[in-house]
Amino acid sequence: MAMNYNAKDEVDGGPPCPPGGTAKTRRPDNTAFKQQRLPAWQPILTAGTVLPTFFIIGLIFIPIGIGIFVTSNNIREIEGNVFMYYGLSNFYQNHRRYVKSRDDGQLNGDPTALLNPSKECEPYGRNEDKPIAPCGAIANSMFNDTLELFQVGNASDLMPVPLKKKGIAWWTDKNVKFRNPPGTDPLEERFKGTTKPVNWVKPVYMLDSDEDNNGFINEDFIVWMRTAALPTFRKLYRLIERKNDLHPTLPAGRYYLNITYNYPVHSFDGRKRMILSTISWMGGKNPFLGIAYITIGSISFLLGVVLLVINHKYRNSSNTADITI
Amino acid sequence: CLLFGDNSVKTSKYNALNFLPMNLFEQFQRLANAYFLFLLFLQLIPQISSLAWYTTVVPLMVVLSITAVKDAIDDMKRHKNDNQVNNRSVLVIVTEKWMNVQVGDIIKLENNQIVTADILLLSSSDPLRQLQSQDSYSFFPGEVRCESPNNKLDKFTGILMYKGKNYLLNHDRLILRGCVIRNTDWCYGLVIFTGPDTKVMQNSGKSTFKRTHIDHLMNVLVLWIFLFLGSMCFLLAVGHYIWENNKGYYFQDYLPWEDYVTSSVFSATLIFWSYFIILNTMVPISLYVSVEIIRLGNSFYINWDQKMFYEPKNTPAQARTTTLNEELGQVKYVFSDKTGTLTQNIMIFNKCSINGMVYGMHVFLFSLSLGEILLCREKVDFSYNKLADPKFSFYDKTLVEAVKKGNHWVHLFFLSLSLCHTVISEEKVEGELVYQAQSPDEGALVTAARNFGFVFRSRTSETIMVVEMGKMRIYQLLAILDFNNVRKRMSVIVRTPENRILLFCKGADTILCKLLHPSCGSLKDITMDHLDDFASDGLRTLMVAYRELDSAFFQDWSKKHSEACLSLENRENKISIVYEEIERDLMLLGATAIEDKLQDGVPETILTLNKAKIKIWVLTGDKQETAVNIAYACNIFEDEMDEIFIVEGNNDETVGGELRYEGRTATMKPDSLLESDPVNSYLATKPQPPFKIPEEVPNGSYGLIINGYSLAHALEGNLELELLRTACMCKGVICCRMTPLQKAQVVELVKKYKKAVTLAIGDGANDVSMIKVAHIGVGISGQEGMQAMLNSDYAFSQFRYLQRLLLVHGRWSYNRMCKFLSYFFYKNFAFTLVHVWYAFYSGFSAQTVYDTWFITFYNLVYTSLPVLGLSLFDQDVNETWSLRFPELYEPGQHNLYFNKKEFVKCLLHGIYSSFVLFFIPMGTVYNSVRKDGKEISDYQSFSLIVQTSLLCVVTMQIALETTYWTMISHVFTWGSLGFYFCILFFLYSDGLCLFFPDTFQFLGVARNTLNLPQMWLSVVLSMILCMLPVVGYQFLKPLFWPVSVDQVSATGIYPNRIHDPLTSRRSAYAFSHKQGFGALITSGKTMKKKLYVFEKLFLISL
Repeated sequence: MAMNYNAKDEVDGGPPCPPGGTAKTRRPDNTAFKQQRLPAWQPILTAGTVLPTFFIIGLIFIPIGIGIFVTSNNIREIEGNVFMYYGLSNFYQNHRRYVKSRDDGQLNGDPTALLNPSKECEPYGRNEDKPIAPCGAIANSMFNDTLELFQVGNASDLMPVPLKKKGIAWWTDKNVKFRNPPGTDPLEERFKGTTKPVNWVKPVYMLDSDEDNNGFINEDFIVWMRTAALPTFRKLYRLIERKNDLHPTLPAGRYYLNITYNYPVHSFDGRKRMILSTISWMGGKNPFLGIAYITIGSISFLLGVVLLVINHKYRNSSNTADITI
Repeated sequence: CLLFGDNSVKTSKYNALNFLPMNLFEQFQRLANAYFLFLLFLQLIPQISSLAWYTTVVPLMVVLSITAVKDAIDDMKRHKNDNQVNNRSVLVIVTEKWMNVQVGDIIKLENNQIVTADILLLSSSDPLRQLQSQDSYSFFPGEVRCESPNNKLDKFTGILMYKGKNYLLNHDRLILRGCVIRNTDWCYGLVIFTGPDTKVMQNSGKSTFKRTHIDHLMNVLVLWIFLFLGSMCFLLAVGHYIWENNKGYYFQDYLPWEDYVTSSVFSATLIFWSYFIILNTMVPISLYVSVEIIRLGNSFYINWDQKMFYEPKNTPAQARTTTLNEELGQVKYVFSDKTGTLTQNIMIFNKCSINGMVYGMHVFLFSLSLGEILLCREKVDFSYNKLADPKFSFYDKTLVEAVKKGNHWVHLFFLSLSLCHTVISEEKVEGELVYQAQSPDEGALVTAARNFGFVFRSRTSETIMVVEMGKMRIYQLLAILDFNNVRKRMSVIVRTPENRILLFCKGADTILCKLLHPSCGSLKDITMDHLDDFASDGLRTLMVAYRELDSAFFQDWSKKHSEACLSLENRENKISIVYEEIERDLMLLGATAIEDKLQDGVPETILTLNKAKIKIWVLTGDKQETAVNIAYACNIFEDEMDEIFIVEGNNDETVGGELRYEGRTATMKPDSLLESDPVNSYLATKPQPPFKIPEEVPNGSYGLIINGYSLAHALEGNLELELLRTACMCKGVICCRMTPLQKAQVVELVKKYKKAVTLAIGDGANDVSMIKVAHIGVGISGQEGMQAMLNSDYAFSQFRYLQRLLLVHGRWSYNRMCKFLSYFFYKNFAFTLVHVWYAFYSGFSAQTVYDTWFITFYNLVYTSLPVLGLSLFDQDVNETWSLRFPELYEPGQHNLYFNKKEFVKCLLHGIYSSFVLFFIPMGTVYNSVRKDGKEISDYQSFSLIVQTSLLCVVTMQIALETTYWTMISHVFTWGSLGFYFCILFFLYSDGLCLFFPDTFQFLGVARNTLNLPQMWLSVVLSMILCMLPVVGYQFLKPLFWPVSVDQVSATGIYPNRIHDPLTSRRSAYAFSHKQGFGALITSGKTMKKKLYVFEKLFLISL
């Protein structure tokens, strides 16, 4: 009697194979996947592929860069629609506690959130036992200077330049993200039971006389609530629409800017700015991309030349295929 | 019976109820998971929480559930297996399920059934192993006393008391659970041990858990990352302190401090933890899970490999451990057993020496006039013997003639071969004998005797039936003095039909020659000469002797024997003393020589492994000559070697001397005696263990032979290092006469002092210790049983698959793992460090750059598939090239592809990428507006630009890393990027955001920002900026620091001329280790050896 120690199925948990006899073949499947023979593309970095890449990048980037740069620099003449911005610097709208200090439910018109602001809004959630609407530090610190632009006429009279308030916020923000509390009552009724943010002069339902630009859907408010990524930023304030094609929107001349100063920035060494700008297909004036493209394109081209030289010098000496097949 | 458990076996860990708590408990014992749990708790503290809770919870849940599912599947398999095993039916007089079998039950097993429990064999259809000849076992009034359950498979002591008489029980009587009954129609057994008490279950205890070098490295790196994380957080906290003092304090009009914050220092402390939470993604939660998945995948490839499937045995290769794959690509030392691993363990009776005459030399005809040598290779005709085995072949007619002539010594020699063994014969068809032998040597000897006319026909427990030259004779078997490793011999005592009592003994020559009668002195010398010749031909030798016993003496001895057999204590010792009393004054008959055939492809494999700078050490229990011959035959030693050192001293001094190169012609350098040697001066500083000895390059190629005796001395104290340094500088090392323990010690020695990966390969129970000790244990599922395989990490059935396992699977696994780790760390650095740059612009307020959902999904969804694809499908060169250029294996041995330096490179690359990824978008949006004048520089748009750039950059990076683009890689890589945009639109959709306005705040950002030309110009710019240095570096690297892979790649992946690297398979002996035969003919010194070389050469040509 021979003892054939078939302990595999005891310890290993495999299926008990019939000892001896005609066992099923355990040959693994002959598939490309299992045999690691899947058809494949095998790119190699060779001089033939790398060097042209560098040159091509250079050749594509430099013209693009120049194009962008020129477009960006051409934004000077005050033609077409003119956009009026206010800029703030040293203002940390991107501070973590600042960024989260809002209640999007409330801003979306949720009646429960209106009266019970999220605790993220603290310490601007409640004032004198009343919920603040809109709550939070962002809303509370809304920019509230008033900027008025006048053209100084020939007789030193001031002609107000018409500034359009609407159309400065993202469509999605204005129509989807921000909503007033539901109802058909006047806004004041709908905001009943809430109080204004501490720093504000007037409540949210008195931001504008236009029903369509009041309350949470006031565009100045919406623009402010879209917090800036960096501590120096500009925000769209007004549009100066072009009247007709013949005249420039803001013809050359003297202008008078009236600023109603409500918004203190001195305490934290902040700065305020007012910017008037036209726009190209690339947006506002920002030479960065243009310069960057030109630089990178040139570097790439140079690198290509350097690599070409190195390759020429070393390839012959070091990479003799000394492997004989 | 209440004292004993039932026969049910439980290998499963969980049940339905305890699975969740137990599995979770186990998982949180892992450091990484515990760390993320800790992070989760940190995030729940509102004062420092800088990330939403779900950023950690979601990945943690996914990771935990993947592991839990894996554990559950494993456990379900075990449950199923347990159930199946426990519910097998067995006949316990009435049929029962396995698990209901109890100690004391008597069970009946039939042919090809698996043994239920450890049972004591009571009776069987096979007459040999009868203990009882009773037919009915319904009542069995006996009593068994035996040892308590233990894990020694080859030991069992017990006594059966039956009808007032005591019967000795040893391990021969015990059939172990899990064995299969073969060639026996039925048998009855008494259940001795059940369930967990059985020897198999006791043996399948916890084996040590092996970890790879990469695992250790990973742990070190994770620690580094922690330190880096800590210092980052500290710096950022300091930054925050300064910011709060200079700006934050004055900004309180718009952003007052929280009421619990009293000072900037306190605020900075909180920020430290906030940043700790944000930057935690540097230690990626999915790292460990991904590594496990990759290893599992790569193990499957091994199981699936057709080229490692051995048709004749129907065995595919098996990766029994799924955690060691990449280590296979780093092996530096291979420790191989000889028998059954390098050799086939098929024994062929090749030569013999009978009474001073050598038989079995092939006859050569020298035709000197023509300068040709003709080999007369005519098979001996055994037709005179009807019972001869047709497969047996022998080439020396003189022996047959001697048998036919009735040479007394030759007859006695073959008679002893046909009697002195433990072979069992089976004769299902009249005249067709099938032998079942314990060892192949024995089978070969009995078969030889059979063919020469001394046919062992059948045996009972008391008789042996032999057909001697056609005449049937029955010998009474008086005793078998069985073989064991200490005695190294076996004897039988028989009573011949003429009533003579004869003892036949066969065994190792070293042992047997001491037991010979002084009168055979001269014969002994001649025979020893013959034995030397045999051994130098690589043959395995045994000496055969006999002794005629006096009847009275035997009776006396027999009594002593049975007493010793019945003693309970120290039985084995007592028995061996009794044996020695009778095994002396033996008369020498002769010696046998058996050829041990090499396995297919062994020499080629070893040649390839040598080219891959893998050193092969043969650790064998065989004698020196045999081992050395095999070493030459399979290319471990070569003729061109400068010198082969032999260490065979018997005490410390000689061994030390031999190791220190006394009396050698060639001097190996570096010399370990020289003071100036850097390693010596290093050792002189007495470094604290564990220290590692650096790699030393010798000035030539050397070999080392050391035997077990000397090794015992060499492994002591100071010599240990001498031995190691000498051995490691040698090209090949042969350790012979090794005990299993010594095998393990040698492996341990290398493991201890060398920074190298060791692999042990073996097939037998004596290799188990080294297989367990080595970094990687490979079992040959061969003829000697399953123990080696059961303890191994990888198992296959042919030694030659080793080159495929290492050079193809190992190399790929290693490369994939390295690519995976480099890329994985890189992508997380690039991802995380952007926050650090942003800190300088956000008042160090722990504001994240990305949307919280992006952070949640980045590792888990957006980047997981491409990197998995890379690490499961990538091939830098295909398998043909891996095998043709074994040099490609070397970088793995030195761990060149992923080490601390590579990690630092990843870190620097990550820092650079994060720099680009922050400042390019920043420059783009700074003071910038859209073409309709509206916002672009708001936080949410900026986030979107950065995260899109990041994903494009890491996708480009993985595209650059990928060298083998299968369809799956394309789908994974580009699909993931596409998927990101889909998810983006979903996450930023009106519906979702309005439903959970506080969780999904990025309403409309995708729609408003993704259509901006600035954004895409910025993304392309970031991509190119991150890509250019990488491409440049990868292009220049092979020029300045060429690695062999690059050369192979440069010569082109698709070669024009493909030669199969392994041409036609040749006989193992084709690789003659002696000089060419031209010189031999002229020298004419050692004719026998010369002839043997001729024989080998002719074998090739014929």
